[in-house]
Amino acid sequence: MIFLSHNRNSLGEAAALARGRIAPNIYDIIAFAMLVALLVLLAHGAAGMRAPSTLLTTSPVTLGLANLPDYALRTTLRMFAAIIVSLIFTFTVATLAAKSRRAEMVIIPVLDILQSVPVLGFLTFTVTFFMGLFPGSQLGAECAAIFAIFTSQAWNMAFSFYQSLRTVPGDLDEVSRGFGLSAWQRFWRLEAPFAAPGLVWNTMMSMSGGWFFVVASEAITVGNTTVQLPGIGSWLALAIDKQDFKAVAWAVLAMGVLILLYDQLLFRPVVAWADKFRFEQTAGQEKPRSWVYDVLRRVRLLRTVGLPIAWLWQRAMLLRLGRRTQPATTVASRRFSRLLDFAWLGLVLLVALWGGIETVLYLGQTLGWNDVIEAFSGGLLTLLRVIVLIAVASVIWVPIGVWIGLRPAVAERVQPLAQFLAAFPANVLFPFAVIAIVATGASPGIWLSPLMVLGTQWYILFNVIAGASAFPSDLKEAARVFKIRSWSWWKNVMLPGIFPYYITGALTASGGSWNASIVAELASWGNTRLEAFGLGSYIAKATEAGDFPRVILGIAVMSLFVTLFNRTLWRPLYVFAERRMRLD
Amino acid sequence: MNQAVITKALPLVEVHGVCQTYDKGSAGKLVVLDQVGLTLVSGEIVGLLGRSGSGKSTLLRSIAGLIRPSEGAIAFEGKAVSGTPDGIAMVFQSFALFPWLTVLQNVELGLEAQGVSPAERRKRALSAIDLIGLDGFENAYPKELSGGMRQRVGLARALVVHPKVLLMDEPFSALDVLTAETLRTDLLDLWSEGRMPIESILMVTHNIEEAVLMCDRVLIFSSNPGRVVAELRVDLPQPRNRLDPAFRALVEDIYARMTARKEPGSPPRDGVFPGTGIAMVLPRVSTNLLAGLIEAVAAPPYNGHADLPPLAASLQLEIDDLFPIAETLQLLRFAEFAEGDIRLTPAGKRFAESEVDARKQLFAQQLATYVPLAGHIRRVLDERANHKAPARRFRDELEDHMSEGYADQTVRAVISWARYAEYFAYDEESDLFTLDNPT
Repeated sequence: MIFLSHNRNSLGEAAALARGRIAPNIYDIIAFAMLVALLVLLAHGAAGMRAPSTLLTTSPVTLGLANLPDYALRTTLRMFAAIIVSLIFTFTVATLAAKSRRAEMVIIPVLDILQSVPVLGFLTFTVTFFMGLFPGSQLGAECAAIFAIFTSQAWNMAFSFYQSLRTVPGDLDEVSRGFGLSAWQRFWRLEAPFAAPGLVWNTMMSMSGGWFFVVASEAITVGNTTVQLPGIGSWLALAIDKQDFKAVAWAVLAMGVLILLYDQLLFRPVVAWADKFRFEQTAGQEKPRSWVYDVLRRVRLLRTVGLPIAWLWQRAMLLRLGRRTQPATTVASRRFSRLLDFAWLGLVLLVALWGGIETVLYLGQTLGWNDVIEAFSGGLLTLLRVIVLIAVASVIWVPIGVWIGLRPAVAERVQPLAQFLAAFPANVLFPFAVIAIVATGASPGIWLSPLMVLGTQWYILFNVIAGASAFPSDLKEAARVFKIRSWSWWKNVMLPGIFPYYITGALTASGGSWNASIVAELASWGNTRLEAFGLGSYIAKATEAGDFPRVILGIAVMSLFVTLFNRTLWRPLYVFAERRMRLD
Repeated sequence: MNQAVITKALPLVEVHGVCQTYDKGSAGKLVVLDQVGLTLVSGEIVGLLGRSGSGKSTLLRSIAGLIRPSEGAIAFEGKAVSGTPDGIAMVFQSFALFPWLTVLQNVELGLEAQGVSPAERRKRALSAIDLIGLDGFENAYPKELSGGMRQRVGLARALVVHPKVLLMDEPFSALDVLTAETLRTDLLDLWSEGRMPIESILMVTHNIEEAVLMCDRVLIFSSNPGRVVAELRVDLPQPRNRLDPAFRALVEDIYARMTARKEPGSPPRDGVFPGTGIAMVLPRVSTNLLAGLIEAVAAPPYNGHADLPPLAASLQLEIDDLFPIAETLQLLRFAEFAEGDIRLTPAGKRFAESEVDARKQLFAQQLATYVPLAGHIRRVLDERANHKAPARRFRDELEDHMSEGYADQTVRAVISWARYAEYFAYDEESDLFTLDNPT
């Protein structure tokens, strides 16, 4: 799901794109089959390349406090490597999808499915695959971690960029063509700037989600391969293993500082800068502010340093890479291209069919119907958890969010906090919950569940705050003049007003919760292991055992659940919100 | 005054037999432009005048090389247009400025595309900015500027690439009256003083007075399909005076030509809208506007019979707003609309004198009789036991004859008229037509 920078115009377009995509169509099924087939291939390759010995024993992670800043740095570097890869992926793949109809036919459904795939499930293959690729060096494990973060970030960024490219304003397109801008110039002068606000916002959301995965992917055990990359995630894993409460607290603190720094030093400035790309012809609305950005703009030295870069940039703009975009072709060639479309579609179908058969054959070798039933019943249970938890979180946070959003002074202070909490990796906090459950002897089947929404509930909160803040004051005044109060006020005034925002938040939260279930349903503290039966723990256990067929089955089932859940519940609600409850 | 400058050199732009059609699938083709020809020579301003949907913007974009016409030939300086020719620049109705570029960067954009070096680019851009009266705004972003200033940026951006032909697509229609007038005058001054590097201007407009004020020649387009129905030479000297009787006579003449009845040879139609029977494409005109125009024409000084130019002026409506209202009234037989005049029918007069409920009844009557689609929907609803019918069904029926967009527009138009007349009801949630109005 694309995150929307609370820009109501683009929301409409998103809904327009989403509208046609409620019922799963043939492309979804194809995409699904191809994806699972790819997993199988990866697993095959990984199994073949799996290195017999453990590699990362040269300098094991320790709990020395002096190491913590270094670990924090390593973790951050991994994050940045992943975001750069994600950006490259976005610029290439999304551009390809927007420019080539045939690529679009495959890429968009695949991205749509990939958004629903539990990222943590990938770790199993990627760790073994990348370690096989770089035997004897840490690089393999690093790549695996970076890849895991990448898979959590790239899809919504690519989607946002693709959507922007498809909705470039017609008159600006005509100006660019009229002046004969080359593809290179057009990209940097028209397309990239137009897409910037949405992309920046989605990148920010992706980074927020990414911290969760960097923590989860640094220390991982797949079968008899154990990887511990120096970083906060490994520190945490070690602390849990040694039951070192103080070390866990340090990890929480380090994480907090890290996210605060990254937010203040990197993202606020970028958001403030990207504001100038907002496509609106009228001034007004409050601008996002950042003290770092203000400082940077005033530093004279930077301007001197920037001169040669600006010069290079200007020269680069004069390059004439790519041909001019030409007007539409004639009827005859259109007919030919339609024939090619059919051929292409046929090829894609064949590959998907082959992939589907291969998958079933591969899984059929080791797994029986019992496993399928187990995975599905686990899926149902996890689904129940997600529904109940999102409902509970909504009941708690919607009133609070509305209360805050209607008070601008409070909202101004709480909103950054909510965004901070959404970025904070909840898995760092899991040990506390586990200790509490162990101490009180509560049922893990029930009490492990709240961990799933621990990190994702904040999406509901800050979206509702944004919605309530944006609620038009004339409608508020009208409600007051006509003395609309209590339930009628909620039902007729506020809930419809924040509904589109709430849906965006709840959808994000539910997607995140599915992912978190893989970590949350199986938690440990030293030698104490807590397990809640569900699809998440099914995948987690299979991963630990290095049981590839079960991991694939688990991932496929979870993807299926998430996709169906999104299609049957969230998408229709989203479209409904767009049609009926827009406030402009 | 530009007549003197015309030389018998090669025409700048030549358009021959251009057709633009869009495929509508099984329903055949939608013809936007039909056999249009046009010649543009050096030293003249030519106006393309017509209503929306007459294809004049399409023609402009074909000349700019943005669209490839389905048939026909377009030549610029004797060479067939392929791609976007360098000697042609365009000014847009929506200004089409890049919001993330400053005024200076926006103006430099065309030069950058030509690969002009930064220093040279800057010099030329600054001189264009100077010429067009934008000094001091170089570093402003478009969103900081007023509409008039934005269009000046659009002009500077077009002029800086030194085009021979300047194409303008309704350049002043997004501006308020006062700003538009200032900009027109400034542009005409620059033109007559020969300070712009252009040889000829081709502009699209739906404002009749604007066309008479600015152009040496005016081509009048009919709509559905777009054809050139008349060509007028405007020989009044510049600067022109709107109150000059000769000016008024020309405006009056153009109004008459634009509302002229179809040539006698053409097949009889239910009205002025394309299509026949239920397949007629209907415009979305609010019943408030219909009632408003009836009242305005019924009231003094018109007393049921109005001359269009003063009526349009007093109501502050441009022809694109006024014509669809008047034509809908004609369709509903509330008014006669021809030769630059509008005259209320007895039904129209009765409507003007009635109270709300009587008006609704009368409106329902006219709707049933003269809008075949409305009658058709009502009959289907009457025939069915539950008095319900999905709107989808009618949209599909219409799509056999027109494009999806037109079908949607037509259904919406009928819905809004039927709701006003309480002729039948529509529920958006379920997309159903029903007979029960909430009581």
